Amino acid sequence: MKEIRIHGRGGQGSVTAAELLAIAAFEDGLYSQAFPSFGVERRGAPVMAFVRLSDQKIRLRSQVYDPDYVIVQDATLIEAVDVAGGLKADGMIIVNTEHKPRDLHLETEATVRTIDATRIALDIIGKPIMNTVMLGAFAGASREITVDSIKHAVCDRFPGAIGEKNADAVQSAYDRMVGS
Amino acid sequence: MTGELKSGRQVVEGSYAVAHAAAMCRPDVISAYPITPQTHIVEDLSQFVADGVIDSKYINVESEFSALSALVGASAAGARTYSATTSQGLALMHEVLFNAAGMRLPIVMTIVNRSMSAPINIWNDHQDSVAERDTGWIQLYIEDAQELVDATAQAYLIAEDRDVSLPVMVCMDGFILSHVFEPVDLLNQKAVDEFLPRFEPVRVLDPDNPESFGMFVDPEYYMDFRYLVEHAMDASRSKIVDAARKFESIFGRYYGDLIDTYHTDGAEIILVAMGSLVGTLRDVVDDLREKGVSVGLLKIRAFRPFPIDEIKKVVADAKVVVVLDKNISLGTGEGAVTTEIKAGMYNSDISVPVIGFVIGLGGRDIPVTTVQRIVEKAEKVIRNGIAAESEFVDLKHSHVRV
Repeated sequence: MKEIRIHGRGGQGSVTAAELLAIAAFEDGLYSQAFPSFGVERRGAPVMAFVRLSDQKIRLRSQVYDPDYVIVQDATLIEAVDVAGGLKADGMIIVNTEHKPRDLHLETEATVRTIDATRIALDIIGKPIMNTVMLGAFAGASREITVDSIKHAVCDRFPGAIGEKNADAVQSAYDRMVGS
Repeated sequence: MTGELKSGRQVVEGSYAVAHAAAMCRPDVISAYPITPQTHIVEDLSQFVADGVIDSKYINVESEFSALSALVGASAAGARTYSATTSQGLALMHEVLFNAAGMRLPIVMTIVNRSMSAPINIWNDHQDSVAERDTGWIQLYIEDAQELVDATAQAYLIAEDRDVSLPVMVCMDGFILSHVFEPVDLLNQKAVDEFLPRFEPVRVLDPDNPESFGMFVDPEYYMDFRYLVEHAMDASRSKIVDAARKFESIFGRYYGDLIDTYHTDGAEIILVAMGSLVGTLRDVVDDLREKGVSVGLLKIRAFRPFPIDEIKKVVADAKVVVVLDKNISLGTGEGAVTTEIKAGMYNSDISVPVIGFVIGLGGRDIPVTTVQRIVEKAEKVIRNGIAAESEFVDLKHSHVRV
């Protein structure tokens, strides 16, 4: 089983990202489970969402304490929240930032990857909504799920042109992570 | 909206899965109040009705008291009825809960389990529905989204059985199951119609043939009516089993009936729990079994009627029974399940120690490590006897004296 923790701020679509990840993984033939950290929803406040992926039925219902992957949608959270807390040493943390991994000074033995997802979102979607972009980055960096399943899930959730633009942004982030 | 319900196996929110299952049971009347916190269940159902994909009458009322009162009237008139509520909303229904059961109305209601105020807290525990255990409603506690779907259909079959004719609460953990996205086989209408026949009420409110329901009775009759509710509750035991087996024969899925067991044969330590915690415990049992710990799991699926005979059979040869209660019966120092298991075994020849843990109140998370520590305490009880009959798990704050 792989466990994923998504950090974001209220309004950045972290819970939606978790849901889409679960839907995409299911399309890839995996069992999946996504749930929010059950906070009170406030725009701008730190929020978490969790995803589990497995080739067997998932029964565990606790929050995720020792994630294999961490996705950070907003690098300003690094100062407010222990985003790398519990992250497995052989795990990976993916941060949305224009900075390089070593410049983040994260206290973790895990692999640190960065991507300027906000820039990709602005360029392709036209809005600083980076949650779907981060899913593309996750697919590219982790190879736990396919980029096509992410794109299907995104287009299904956001029908029409907005979904297509999001899918393009997903592909762009995926290509960048695979290529680097 | 697309104007039709989803179908087949897919990843959906737990609340949607329940709304979908309720819709497949063809309720004539749905009533709900959009209290905070409500859930997506009644929101999704109102959407189905507005989109014309189900032809239920949807009554948006002015309070939870009215929500259940409306269903009492509708059910007495012969309608199949549904509602969902949670925490304070269920508490506001309290008086009507007794009426629904006393009038023998087979209402089905999903309870999204959340804590009770004060302090205000919208997260999960079982206090809301456990506090209603004496109202005459059958209570089923459910483990995952798929079982929720399937138990919703089973609930109608149980409730509407003429030997039972009692309302049923299908209890699901707030947030943990109401807001989870996971794979679910959504029910197929044709199969549900095969499983669940049309509601044939015993008696109905009919202006052309007036009868009274729930009217005044004096001491000559009242006690006997109460006895009949208990009698019906007792009759529901075999019907809960029948519903689970009939469901399995059509859909191929089974989750236990009054109880379910997991590796309890020969187990020295038996963990007991209700609801979604059971899933976590299955993982812990597997993990500890690999390490040689003799531990098993008893899931209480029906809390009302209380399955004491089934529990006794499972724990008779164990060395310790460990009950995890997501509720606290204040003034007893322990959760209701702990008390009831101890009470139910008192006059038997079973002398297995029972220890209780109050856990997960108000949404406090229950990590695997917490359960492992509890099992270590159980091992100590086997070696040294009972040190504490009941305790609160994972108290955090230094100003709380323990």
